[in-house]
Amino acid sequence: MTGDPLLRVDHLSMRFGGLVAVNDLSFVAERGEITALIGPNGAGKTTVFNCVTGFYKPTEGRIALAHGGARVWENLTAITLRGARYHRRADGALFLLERMPDYLVTQKAKVARTFQNIRLFAGMTLLENLLVAQHNPLMIASGFTLFGVLGAKSYARAEAAAVEKARHWLDLIGLIDRADDPAGALPYGAQRRLEIARAMCTDPVLLCLDEPAAGLNPRESAELNQLIRAIRTDHATSVLLIEHDMSVVMEISDRVVVLDYGSKIADGTPDAIRNDPKVIAAYLGVADADEVEKIKAEVGL
Amino acid sequence: MAGSTAAPETGDIDIVGSLKHAVVTALIAFGLFLPLIGFKTTQDIHNELVLETRFPLLLIFVALAVAGSLVMSLIIAPWRARRLRRRPATSEESRISPAIARWFAPFALGFVIVYPVLVLVIGGFQGAVKWIDNFGIQILIYVMLGFGLNIVVGLAGLLDLGYVAFYAVGSYSYALLAKTFGLSFYMLLPLAGILSAFWGILLGFPVLRLRGDYLAIVTLAFGEIIRLVLINWVPVTNGYAGISGIPRPSFFGIPFNTDDNGFAAVFHLEFSPIYRTIYLYYLILALVLLTAFVTTRLRRLPIGRAWEALREDEIACRSLGINTTHTKLTAFALGAMFAGFAGSFFAARQGFISPESFTFLESATILSIVVLGGMGSQIGVAIAAIAMIGGTEILRELDVLKTWFGNDFDPTQYRMLVFGLAMVLIMIVRPRGLIATRAPSLFLTARKPVSAALVKEGQ
Repeated sequence: MTGDPLLRVDHLSMRFGGLVAVNDLSFVAERGEITALIGPNGAGKTTVFNCVTGFYKPTEGRIALAHGGARVWENLTAITLRGARYHRRADGALFLLERMPDYLVTQKAKVARTFQNIRLFAGMTLLENLLVAQHNPLMIASGFTLFGVLGAKSYARAEAAAVEKARHWLDLIGLIDRADDPAGALPYGAQRRLEIARAMCTDPVLLCLDEPAAGLNPRESAELNQLIRAIRTDHATSVLLIEHDMSVVMEISDRVVVLDYGSKIADGTPDAIRNDPKVIAAYLGVADADEVEKIKAEVGL
Repeated sequence: MAGSTAAPETGDIDIVGSLKHAVVTALIAFGLFLPLIGFKTTQDIHNELVLETRFPLLLIFVALAVAGSLVMSLIIAPWRARRLRRRPATSEESRISPAIARWFAPFALGFVIVYPVLVLVIGGFQGAVKWIDNFGIQILIYVMLGFGLNIVVGLAGLLDLGYVAFYAVGSYSYALLAKTFGLSFYMLLPLAGILSAFWGILLGFPVLRLRGDYLAIVTLAFGEIIRLVLINWVPVTNGYAGISGIPRPSFFGIPFNTDDNGFAAVFHLEFSPIYRTIYLYYLILALVLLTAFVTTRLRRLPIGRAWEALREDEIACRSLGINTTHTKLTAFALGAMFAGFAGSFFAARQGFISPESFTFLESATILSIVVLGGMGSQIGVAIAAIAMIGGTEILRELDVLKTWFGNDFDPTQYRMLVFGLAMVLIMIVRPRGLIATRAPSLFLTARKPVSAALVKEGQ
């Protein structure tokens, strides 16, 4: 293992009855990098996401996430055998995500996600959407509602700080003027950006984006690239990305993992993936590289 | 409805279309009313059934239906279309509502505070009891129940058809504890609330995974279970016979009776039952205001926003690290707690309770108040409670109708019919309730109401 891994997925399998959605998948996402997960439709990308974010319990495998320095990985085997969900130490913490329920994955392990079909709180304003994302710190500040009902000053301060943070993100995604409008009234591209901002308001170390560029026009797509890059560099958040739009994937990812029929078929830098015959074969829906050449000849490439 | 197909956009009158529609209406009305109204069976002296026909009456009904159809398509639909054309973008509502919203709440508050005095001045000691008790207290109890259920249904979006169970738990808690241990109303009020909240959590646990119709059915069953336990656990609850002689609340230790240390004697007043009624009125008013205050506060706290977010999208909530289990349970528990307060007040006011008071009809009434008021809106719920409870009560008083329909006419017999008609009408005109907009819990520059079209109703 090289570098500074943030997320380690080991031998992950997910079966739904007889259907094997993910088959013995292992990969690593490095801290401070954008890792893309690509593959044809039905390859199991979203299933991997749902396992990482705790929405599915994987049938087999381990998903580990580290906070802090690389040295916390020393404890990996120990906590796996101990059956613990996580281990905290002075210089960081190690979480086993497959053992945690979905809300704890966000609350404790700091993994945030967006959805392929946007899931905003349509009837709530943009500002409210971003405040719901800061639920857990605000809940503590309101003394689990008790001090809040009594109108404590400390809660008012915490809320003002939360609003300030929401304002920062609204500024960044260019929707500050629409802060008091309902999220459901936004155009599609703006809803995508708002969902990313909402996920970022949970202060994640890993942001999982499920097809963020789907349905965007080229200009919006370019803006999105900028936003994702800004998230990585300015907010110390690593990104795990599912995307079909190859222009986005090739332009912003540091590393690409390719899935086909639930198994990993390639893993490497965008340039290496671009020329990988197995990847091209998978996307064309043929068995191997020889057939790719045949098809290329047929269509006159 | 069908009239709007005749001339929806233009506002022009389409006579042929309207006539066609009227003919269809006449046929449907004829087919429907022929067996219902056209024929009647009566027993003659030989105890045999004889078929009578009532064709003139049938004709009147069909004619009414045709007239209604014509009025709708020739007058109302074009008028609505014209009005719609006149103000396309900004709705009238948004222009009027800020002014109303600013003055409505203080005015309403002032009115409910002076209401007993007002009634006393107008009606005198004898007449006022009915108006304070039947109208004032009765309505306020339902306002409180509506506020409580609003947390569960309106904010958290969990359809609860057994809400009356918690009301019953509160009532019986107060009645039994007060009779057995002689504890005072003010000590038992919070206790009844806590016990109800406890039952709310007990119900909450098994139904956490359920949504929509399934949740509604389980809560309905829960309400019935509580009622059946109250009926059948005779040694404790005294079954159908109920519990009587429940201690009444006192005025800070001074009872409302004819004794020398009673309220009237202590304040050198002539004894009258109205003092207790007025006191109870202000007591329930205080409880209602407390509920309103707490609910308004909760909406602006993270827990309130989490409830609304839960109503909008539960999966998104979980993806943001919100523990949906706790969030749902707090909604159930708090809603149940307010029902418990209302229940213990109800028992203290009546002095007698029995399972009869906690039937499904009560749950349905409270739910209709919440739905009619506009889910999540406090003012809407209050108005709906006044309309529904006050409305059915006032239909008892309408002796005026006798002058129109003759002396045989008994308005009390028709009050449920009128009430049902009113409900249907309101639901056609305002399908999302009286207050059909959602007020955001906080804002950056301006508070803009959110249209009901975007707000989800929960599942």
